[in-house]
Amino acid sequence: MSGNEQAPGPATVSAAGMTGPQPPLLEVADLVTHYQVRRGVTERLIRAPQQWVHAVDGVSFRLARGEMVALVGESGCGKTTTAQTILGMVKPTSGAVRLNGTDIARLSERQLRPLRRTVQMIYQDPYESLDPRFRVRESVEEPMLVHGIGGSRAEREAKTVDVLERVGLSPARMYLDRFPHELSGGQRQRVAIAAALVLGPGLLLADEPVSMLDVSVRAGVLSLLDTLRRDGDMGILMITHDLSTAARFADRIAVMYLGRIVEHGPSAEVVRNPQHPYTKALLSVVPKRDPRERAAPQILTGETPNPISVPSGCRFHPRCPVAEERCRREDPQLRLPAGATSPAHQAACLLV
Amino acid sequence: MSLLEVSGLHVWFEPPHAAEVHAVQGVSFALDAGERFGLVGESGCGKTTTVLALMGLLPPNASAAGEVLIDGQNILAGGEDSVQAYRWKDVAMVFQGAMNALNPVKKVGWQIAEPMAFHGVAQGAAARKRAGELLEMVGIPAAAGDRYPHEFSGGMRQRAAIAMALACEPKILLADEPTTALDVMVQAQILELLTGLARDLGLALVLVTHDLPVVAQVCERAAVMYAGEIVEAGPTEALYHNPRHPYTRLLFAATPDLYGRDAVISIPGAPPRLDGEITGCPFRPRCDVPLDRCRDEDPELRLVEAGHRAACHRNDLVGAS
Repeated sequence: MSGNEQAPGPATVSAAGMTGPQPPLLEVADLVTHYQVRRGVTERLIRAPQQWVHAVDGVSFRLARGEMVALVGESGCGKTTTAQTILGMVKPTSGAVRLNGTDIARLSERQLRPLRRTVQMIYQDPYESLDPRFRVRESVEEPMLVHGIGGSRAEREAKTVDVLERVGLSPARMYLDRFPHELSGGQRQRVAIAAALVLGPGLLLADEPVSMLDVSVRAGVLSLLDTLRRDGDMGILMITHDLSTAARFADRIAVMYLGRIVEHGPSAEVVRNPQHPYTKALLSVVPKRDPRERAAPQILTGETPNPISVPSGCRFHPRCPVAEERCRREDPQLRLPAGATSPAHQAACLLV
Repeated sequence: MSLLEVSGLHVWFEPPHAAEVHAVQGVSFALDAGERFGLVGESGCGKTTTVLALMGLLPPNASAAGEVLIDGQNILAGGEDSVQAYRWKDVAMVFQGAMNALNPVKKVGWQIAEPMAFHGVAQGAAARKRAGELLEMVGIPAAAGDRYPHEFSGGMRQRAAIAMALACEPKILLADEPTTALDVMVQAQILELLTGLARDLGLALVLVTHDLPVVAQVCERAAVMYAGEIVEAGPTEALYHNPRHPYTRLLFAATPDLYGRDAVISIPGAPPRLDGEITGCPFRPRCDVPLDRCRDEDPELRLVEAGHRAACHRNDLVGAS
């Protein structure tokens, strides 16, 4: 495993780290990422005020090795921007993203490069994330070439075979020379995962890793991620809109709304004992497998407001079914709700 | 006589320089006014091709055989001319990507009024007035008809596409993955809208989706498709609580449930290619309980209990024991 020195250390180190003061794998602290809204000539001439998209507006959470956390929310809630900021693709406006204690927001592009290996991303659509002209071996070797690791051609091939076996493409020799169009959707996503693993990352970001796949192969890919984090000493941040999948596979769920985490806790606790009205509504509209369980869904009207003009007070109050007068003025912070049955449960609602 | 009767529908594609692909192989189902019917299966199972055939919207290299009866009239019999008289007027469709269904350079209201003029339902001011009413019916203010599709959110576009499908007062609405690209909350809004329309207007709804829980939520009856065939059909309750085809049982087991405690499984293997002869049961290579005879005999879809059909040799055993 040459060239792995800068990746998160071998298992023994992190096992020791569980007891020692070693910093967490990932710590996101009060992260704020705002985008400037582009102004046209007219707006500049009339000196229209500069507007900002409040994509991520104060997000904090931690992720340890071996853990899987799901970031759940609707489009526009900021979950993808959060991931892009963690990847170092977007500079945060304020706040910190600490990887093994190093704040990546303060690093230059050059300093960031070796760290990029420790954070790898799996995208939603394996039909687009793999180059159709690359054979499987090329897709998996490419990241090693980019980072100048992997040694000789033979060593790289050995690594490629090893990692393909790990993602369940076995026997790997059978897949090495195939093109993406010769693979099923599930196999393509496994190749994408192999290409991420070959750099020995400590943190894997998975953005809707199974939503483009057929139902019958989804569980296989999710179980693979589950195995990787348990055996591979890896942390996984899964971004998804699918609460059923999050509930089944993640240790913790963080529900985002309009740039904030509004509820956060162990998966079973969040799903079975939701405290925030938004989480309750979201859970109520998830269709159940059993037709007899057709519950009365609590359908919120309208859609998530524009993150350019975030509502005053609690940002959920215009759509909240139980909002009171003070919800318009006071901005709730995450805290332990009175009805929690787990000390790790947090909700940002004035009324819980 | 049912409102819609599909019997022995076959659709095959003739790609250039390649073998024929038998996408739909003898699909039959029927539904009445106000009924909500689900067509479920994974990609490539033929569910979308089936509804495109009902709309007469198959690509030029595809051929269809069999019967599609609407009020007893076979719309497949007369070729494109006869389908044109039915399309949008008796049977209408909502497509998966609403943005692709709407013309980006035409105002939404105009697009809803256009088919009315084509089918002679309404003209000019009357058509515009009705377009406004349709928008209100799907939960969009009538005034929004003067706006362009890009000014609408994803959910509003899908609502507008539904209004457009309803323009000529069809009896049958085909919805192909109408909520796949939408957020859960918007999905719930659209599903509620479709359910309400079927109830209030007496529409027969065919919901095509890969998402079993969506069908369980919306439909009274459903058919599970695999490799171009219906392998099981019946009340959604029976499909979940008493599945008689292993594919149905495994599909449910592969779908995570919010409160489910059982392990989520995956189904090994992949569906067979449809460009060659398949001997025996098409699901046999992936089946967890295959029998010897499944290798040679393709099981027929037969009644296993009232209103419940399945194509599996295992059901013969149940009957015999």
